[in-house]
Amino acid sequence: MNVPEIFDTMDYGPAPESAAEALAWLVDGGSRYGLFIDGAMTEPGDQFASKNPATGEVLATLTQATQEDVDAAVAAARKAQPKWAKLPGHARAKYLYALARLVQKHSRLLAVLESLDNGKPIRESRDIDVPLVARHFYYHAGMAQLMEAELPDREALGVCGQIVPWNFPLLMLAWKIAPALAMGNTVVLKPAEYTSMTALLFADLCREAGLPKGVVNIVTGDGHVGEMIVRHEGLDKIAFTGSTAVGRFIREATAGNGQSLTLELGGKSPYVVFDDADLDSAIEGLVDAIWFNQGQVCCAGSRLLVQEGVAERFHEKLKRRMDGLRVGDPLDKCIDVGAMVDPVQRDRVVRLLDGSAGEVYHAATPLPEQGCYYPPTLVTGLAPSDALMQEEIFGPVLVSTTFRTPAEAVELANDSRYGLAASVWSENVNLALDVAPKLAAGVIWVNGTNMFDAAAGFGGVRESGFGREGGWEGLLAYTRPKGARKPLKRLEPVAAPAEPKVDGLDRTAKLYIGGKQARPDGGYSQAVWSAKGELLGHVSRANRKDVRNAVEAARGAAGWGRTTGHLRAQILYYLGENLSARAGEFADRLRHLTGAPAKAAAEEVEQSVSRLFTWAAWADKYDGAAKGVPLRGIALAMNEPVGIVGAFCANEAPLLGLVSVLGPALAMGNRLVAVASEPYPLAATDFYQLLETSDVPGGVANILTGKHEELAPHLAGHLGVDAVWSFSSSDLSGLIERESAGNLKRTWVNNGRARDWAGAEGEGRAFLAAATEVKTIWVPYGE
Amino acid sequence: MTHADTRPETAAGAGDDRGTAQLPQVHAARNPGQELDLDWVLSARANTSAIERRAATLPGRRSVKKDHQAAWLLKAITLIDLTTLSGDDTAGRVRRLCAKARQPVRADILDALKMRPITTGAVCVYHEMVPPAVAALEGSGIPVAAVSTGFPAGLSPLETRLREIELSVAAGAREIDIVISRRHVLTGNWQALYDEMRQFRAACGEAHVKAILATGELGTLRNVARASLVCMMGGADFIKTSTGKESVNATLPVSLVMIRALRDYHDRTGYRIGYKPAGGISKAKDALTYLTLIRDELGPRWLQPDLFRFGASSLLGDIERQLEHHVTGRYSAGYRHPMA
Repeated sequence: MNVPEIFDTMDYGPAPESAAEALAWLVDGGSRYGLFIDGAMTEPGDQFASKNPATGEVLATLTQATQEDVDAAVAAARKAQPKWAKLPGHARAKYLYALARLVQKHSRLLAVLESLDNGKPIRESRDIDVPLVARHFYYHAGMAQLMEAELPDREALGVCGQIVPWNFPLLMLAWKIAPALAMGNTVVLKPAEYTSMTALLFADLCREAGLPKGVVNIVTGDGHVGEMIVRHEGLDKIAFTGSTAVGRFIREATAGNGQSLTLELGGKSPYVVFDDADLDSAIEGLVDAIWFNQGQVCCAGSRLLVQEGVAERFHEKLKRRMDGLRVGDPLDKCIDVGAMVDPVQRDRVVRLLDGSAGEVYHAATPLPEQGCYYPPTLVTGLAPSDALMQEEIFGPVLVSTTFRTPAEAVELANDSRYGLAASVWSENVNLALDVAPKLAAGVIWVNGTNMFDAAAGFGGVRESGFGREGGWEGLLAYTRPKGARKPLKRLEPVAAPAEPKVDGLDRTAKLYIGGKQARPDGGYSQAVWSAKGELLGHVSRANRKDVRNAVEAARGAAGWGRTTGHLRAQILYYLGENLSARAGEFADRLRHLTGAPAKAAAEEVEQSVSRLFTWAAWADKYDGAAKGVPLRGIALAMNEPVGIVGAFCANEAPLLGLVSVLGPALAMGNRLVAVASEPYPLAATDFYQLLETSDVPGGVANILTGKHEELAPHLAGHLGVDAVWSFSSSDLSGLIERESAGNLKRTWVNNGRARDWAGAEGEGRAFLAAATEVKTIWVPYGE
Repeated sequence: MTHADTRPETAAGAGDDRGTAQLPQVHAARNPGQELDLDWVLSARANTSAIERRAATLPGRRSVKKDHQAAWLLKAITLIDLTTLSGDDTAGRVRRLCAKARQPVRADILDALKMRPITTGAVCVYHEMVPPAVAALEGSGIPVAAVSTGFPAGLSPLETRLREIELSVAAGAREIDIVISRRHVLTGNWQALYDEMRQFRAACGEAHVKAILATGELGTLRNVARASLVCMMGGADFIKTSTGKESVNATLPVSLVMIRALRDYHDRTGYRIGYKPAGGISKAKDALTYLTLIRDELGPRWLQPDLFRFGASSLLGDIERQLEHHVTGRYSAGYRHPMA
């Protein structure tokens, strides 16, 4: 077209970003890449092709790492780690600062290479991905600087295996590497096989930053290499971002090996539009929610819930907006939607939509004839039960349904196994701020979408994974408390004596479920003997149905999470008061159960009273935070209850062990299913009398007795339980972690290590963190 | 709701908004206005933060290069209301401006671009300058626009404001840029704003009326949205951001709010209203950003002089330099282009 013709049509033309520099970098690298191990690139090994999805052209060939390569990378990281961790925080800060600056200095090269490799529009890699990468290194340079002063009781985990996905190759690398390095860890990172190029360019930056050898190691290859990392015995932590299916596999594969694990998985994030929203802005938000990165975003607002009265108008406006989206060459600066990462992914989307029950609308916008493209798509008229409403599509496809009331919006939004992110659109601050905390998700955007910042925690609940990335909360995933723990000895119940001594009236301890004493479903009981051979009573032997009943009761007590901290504090104080009033009786019980001297038994009771006071104190003091994000608005980090917590109490501290899990769980608004000390259960069954008389609502705290090993699979495997803790001296850690994979519930297990229940280890921040989920609520504002 | 298929259109062949061949002489049917619909007005929402984000990212989302950029810049010129609104304006000064409006780009540059002659969209002056402008533009087809109604504050007596319109129309102005009473918006007196607009429209007769909202003085984007709707209901042919005399003039967020309002108006009534950002748009790049905004939000039909104008005085100079750069590959200098 010539100028006069364009003048008449006012069409957009091509506006290509040059790929010359990035292609030159590939040529300089020989277009064949090895691995980055111990500060140097290895000789290329078995090669696979890395393609540009927009054209199908091969960008370079990369090495499929072998077991020996992974071993070498882990060994290099291991060798480098102690020295790296011993560096003053300021020294690590200088390296991270250098990386931040280098990312900025090479920003366009990184952006172009990312778009070439991944297919995302250059606007996104240039204006979003790369600036966020630099921001992440800056932020964590600061964390390295502050670690000694602000986290004096924590230390590096050691060597971290990190596996990142192909949708944000460099950004996810930054999210993984920056906090790990800041806290003194070294890493072995595997980029996704589709998109390894910017990780290899990052290896160059590590060398330019003068990073000590072995601190960062990058191995490339397919899922087999990922599996080698997951199964490697030389790693202290696995951090994974990717699909829920692979996350579940990793949870099972690493169960019981004592590693730290964080998983950032899939989502089906709701995008809720109320009838009083600025509809045009909500539509523009959807463009950034579901057509950002071709919808290949774990937190994509992929499930539109729009209030019925405005739904028709909203869909009309949305379709018109979709028609205006420009799909094409990712390196074109005038493109909204680029290429999907690989034909495999596109074909998957095609299959998912095949024969959909809904009304499918493809944007009336031209698609390039060649390359891996899929049009922006809206599917309306779906019921919540439709697979498209439930399953992650991971492509530019939005599904939609309607709701009538705010309560129904919340119900629909939460009707999902996932819980990564959610958006709420309303001009009514009362409505928006009421709904945001009710949504089951780790990140909520009010009148916005896909906002990210290094200072604000990101991560999910439910099957979207666990752990947070970003902010102070993100550092928990890369540090542990200082100091070593002693092994915990298995503690067996006192065996039935040859000559039983039976005095007084028969005593029957029951289970405590839903605020009522309950007989065990199975009808089995167990005698409990004192060290001197006296029969102390009988306890119920709970089975899987009792677990079911207890969880059911806990589910019914959901209102506890909405009570005020002040109310929960009063109830916990009252529990302490009532325990104190019966201190002598409890001390006698402990003395008989464990054979402890009278003084020690009395101390355990006194410590239990004190512990209840500690958690009563915390109930209204575990403040959230307002994060300093670069936005006119606030990002609130709110500490929310995890939900239903199952806990296997310490065997060795029959009362204090129970109180030490009940306190934090209840204080933070969780409901608890506690399994009492297996050998000494009667302190817990006495304790339920206190629960009955201290205004603890039924179902909030449930107490089971029985064999830990019998109950653990049922509690850890229950899909309605949100977290399981184990302090049992029975060997449950691996079993619980493995069983938890079903719904990817959070686990906190002792790995066979002892805890000093009477000391500082018996309470404090670790319990607070385990009893809460950080929900980040972004509230941009302005009038 | 009225949809595109039922909208009024005076000329044939002006079909789909996304179609290609829009002829400049096509004129949309004139908005007759409608009853004041307060339910509609008060339901208007504008989320400032989201609107600012859209506006901030727009320049990064769209880019026009090479021949496309040249064509778009030529288009921008045809959409300029070449303006002088100074206390020291004289007939001679206005004649110079009109000469520039007739021939805004050096002929050799147009030749190099193989472009037919173009003119600016209009010339915009105060009432006293209407007669020399009309005389200077005779035969060119370029309309004269007069700012009116006690421009820029709009606080003179209603009688004289209405009379001012009549006098300017009588003097040959084909477009009248009126200023609304900001106090009606700030006090939520939508009925008064509507009545005023109705009277202004009636006084204009055949002349088209552009309603200047003075958005920099309306306090909130929600007020901008509501005032836009009321003025369209009152019969405005164009809605315009600013007089150029407020401390904040045309901005992208304000533009987004106003064009979304006129898109809704078109959806519901079938009438297309024009949009005129004014004040502070002085760079070719800014002009391109505005054109992409209009194209993406409203479609190419709105990129014609009957539906879009820039109120600008120095924008043309920057565009001329950019066009010469396009033709020669060398960055240009201001003195190489004839002044107004």
